[in-house]
Amino acid sequence: MSQLAAFRAELHVHTVLSPCAEVEMIPPLIIQEALDLGINLLAITDHNATANINAVIQAASGTGIHVLPGMELQTHEEVHVLCLFDTLDQIDAFQRKVDEAMPGLENKPDFFGEQFVVDATGDFIRREEKMLLASTFLSIKQACALVRELGGMLIPAHINRKAFGLLPTLGFIPDELLNTRVMEVSRHMTCDQAIDTYPQLREKVLIQSGDVHRLEEFLGVNYFTMENPSIRELEYAFSGIGGRNFQIHHPNL
Amino acid sequence: MNLQQIIDKLELKVLTEPRDFSASTPTFGYSSDLLSCVMAGAPKQGIWVTLQAHGNIVAVAALLELTAVIITEGAMPDENTIQKANDEGVTLLSTPNSTYLTIGQLWEMGLRNP
Repeated sequence: MSQLAAFRAELHVHTVLSPCAEVEMIPPLIIQEALDLGINLLAITDHNATANINAVIQAASGTGIHVLPGMELQTHEEVHVLCLFDTLDQIDAFQRKVDEAMPGLENKPDFFGEQFVVDATGDFIRREEKMLLASTFLSIKQACALVRELGGMLIPAHINRKAFGLLPTLGFIPDELLNTRVMEVSRHMTCDQAIDTYPQLREKVLIQSGDVHRLEEFLGVNYFTMENPSIRELEYAFSGIGGRNFQIHHPNL
Repeated sequence: MNLQQIIDKLELKVLTEPRDFSASTPTFGYSSDLLSCVMAGAPKQGIWVTLQAHGNIVAVAALLELTAVIITEGAMPDENTIQKANDEGVTLLSTPNSTYLTIGQLWEMGLRNP
């Protein structure tokens, strides 16, 4: 086995492509904030979209921060799930499937917010005209199958939140997610509180994310010990295989 | 008022196996698409109006012993969900109308107090 290394991770970060994200969420500022906090593993997860990931990867080049391509998919059931991958090829293939499952609505920037595609310096490239904050036609079951087929990892997002969270929306964990081991708790409660509220979570591995829409929302409480920042190593760490591990620390509390 | 009268009046499509709907008398109606709210708020033997059509609605309906679930706006549960409903004895009904219109019709029929 090669050497294990420590990673401090924020696995749910939006950019200015998400209509609800602040205009400060551009690649260089995201990377600078992560550097300041000692976060060295990020997943970029815009709503149903992925067009800014490459720019963030470029902005991270040479900083020691690794960026996983991801998406926060809104399923047909109105549940948000994080879909994480290793490569841009994988996320591009995933995006094509998601595009086919979009309802084809146009964004109303005055109401929902602007959706900007930018370059690595944060400069404007184009506006995304499609309304990204929409439910796709993909069910949770279809999303699970698609992500698995493409070699990614699916993590239900902010499962405790009333807006688009798994448990308030569906009432309990549906059969198709019984084998999904990792779930994300939002900043609004601790993982222990989440388990108290939803005892079904006792069997799950819980991560916690800032669901970062503005720079001050980074939490960086997910700590991994693993060989490298990849989907396979994350899975090994969640399972505690070969000395790898995953823990949540709240260093500032 | 019995469930058969409601099915006839609202022209609902019965998605699950037919049974003697005239023997079922709903107590009251309820509507929400957040299942956590339904679990907390829907009355036993009530009718639940929702546009959710995924598998979890069956478990909630069975848990609360609901008389029927009316799925609105033509949303269609998949085959597994309908099968699960048949196994659990849950009645799934469908309408192309909106939740608002459906509730209005139930109210007009006199389904008002538990």
